[in-house]
Amino acid sequence: MLEVKNLVFHPLENGLEKSIIEDVSFTVERGETLVITGPNGGGKSTVARLLMGIETPDSGQILLEGKDITDLSIAQRANSGIGFAFQQPPRFKGMTVKRLLSLAAGYEMEENKCCDYLSGVGLCAREYLDREVDNTLSGGEMKRLEIATVLARRHKVCIFDEPEAGIDLWSFSMLVDQFERLHEDKRESLVIISHQEKIMEMADRIMVIRDGRVEALGPREEVLPELTGGSKSCGCINAKLRQ
Amino acid sequence: MANIDRVTESILEKIDSGGFRQEGAFNLRYNGYSLCHGSTEHITIKSKADRQGIDVYISRETKGEEIHIPVVVSASGITDEVYNDFYIEEGAQVVIVAGCGIHNSGCDDSRHDGIHTFHVGRNANVRYEEKHYGEGEGAGSRILNPVTKIIMEEASVFTLDTAQIKGVDSTRRETEVTMGKDAKLFVVEKLMTHDSQSAVSNMDIHLNGMGCSARIVSRSVARGHSSQIFHPRAIGNALCHAHIQCDSIIMDHARVCSIPEIDAKHVDAAIIHEAAIGRINSEQLVKLNTFGLSEEAAEAVIIENFLN
Repeated sequence: MLEVKNLVFHPLENGLEKSIIEDVSFTVERGETLVITGPNGGGKSTVARLLMGIETPDSGQILLEGKDITDLSIAQRANSGIGFAFQQPPRFKGMTVKRLLSLAAGYEMEENKCCDYLSGVGLCAREYLDREVDNTLSGGEMKRLEIATVLARRHKVCIFDEPEAGIDLWSFSMLVDQFERLHEDKRESLVIISHQEKIMEMADRIMVIRDGRVEALGPREEVLPELTGGSKSCGCINAKLRQ
Repeated sequence: MANIDRVTESILEKIDSGGFRQEGAFNLRYNGYSLCHGSTEHITIKSKADRQGIDVYISRETKGEEIHIPVVVSASGITDEVYNDFYIEEGAQVVIVAGCGIHNSGCDDSRHDGIHTFHVGRNANVRYEEKHYGEGEGAGSRILNPVTKIIMEEASVFTLDTAQIKGVDSTRRETEVTMGKDAKLFVVEKLMTHDSQSAVSNMDIHLNGMGCSARIVSRSVARGHSSQIFHPRAIGNALCHAHIQCDSIIMDHARVCSIPEIDAKHVDAAIIHEAAIGRINSEQLVKLNTFGLSEEAAEAVIIENFLN
């Protein structure tokens, strides 16, 4: 489904090379869930942004269903079937929740349908439809809405950049349910950047990125025990990764 | 019923989104004269005897009626100065839909200066909507210089909702509000300028009565080589609350100047001003790109919603 070959990216930030990606290759199969994990600053989000076309790699290739999409714009990739949930979604003054969902879906969404998507991410639907997507929404509400916008359209591959960041425990379990449903359907491939063991447990395969390189890539059964320290699951994966 | 031509009809659609009909209380001003007007049991509209304009009397029995008083200028080279006075009795509730559209396809300037004065009685509640719009391929300018005076008595509520949609080459807006005890004012001002248009909006709000409050929200988009100057002024002369918020998106080679002025003359006057000018947020653009919208489409969506 998705094939990533030898991605290299050396961006300059204030004259220094940061968020370097060094020869990253991997594939995502149809209906597969790949969880990307690794220490903060290791390059996970950068890989996700390269996949969506938000950043342009220095070299390497990205293929979607065999078609080279490396030179496509963000919008062209979106229209080819890639969806993206931001780690920190932007706010829009004057835009209603209903309008945002309609834009995400690509058609004028009727209220009942909007409500379905909103309740799917734990937002009490009716009262949100006409709310504005501005700073009157909390960070957690923004994140849940962000996930709803990605679910509102059928994609071939959905990329979620730390979907769990900034949401409460209760919403998190709803989020995991959503991912499990998507995973069971096997209709969409999922690429989820996450530190959460609960999300990694859903993965078909796990990829660990550290210092811009693929440190480990394999089936969950092989990689997860390594990360969590054998059979004992402590959940504190970052601590383990720092070792 | 008066006949309304095609150009006028299409302009009316732009400036009176609820739909202009020759029924209820209404007055259609067309190229400098009143084309048609009507009164109701509670609302009386009279032409002024001494100068251009109308007097509108809104009785205390008025509960939720609408008054539609659009102005259309479709002839080139016209300068139309008109004085409209509104007398709103104690306890009346009314919605006034005004607005002016200019279609200028000639080479002379077309100009409309509407001077509106509202005398708002105790406990009355008025919503006043005003849309400004210009069109036509002529080289002549489309100029609108509205003056709005609002005198608010005790516990009255006034909502001023103004929008300049597009096509107005030059506008100079003067607004003056005097507020009595416990009066409440809500102002929403939306403005878009493009090409080499210019817009100036001066607003003086005198918070004179104890417990009165004002909330002013101004949103604007400046594109092309256009320029905008905002000068909202809140003067607190009593225990009062005022909040002014100006947000502008600047594009291309435009200029936006925001001059806030808050002036407290009473120890219990609480006045806040926020102003921000900036280009379209790139994160918003990228987010809409991920929905499959092109750069131009994403930009249009952001502006449309910002001014919504």
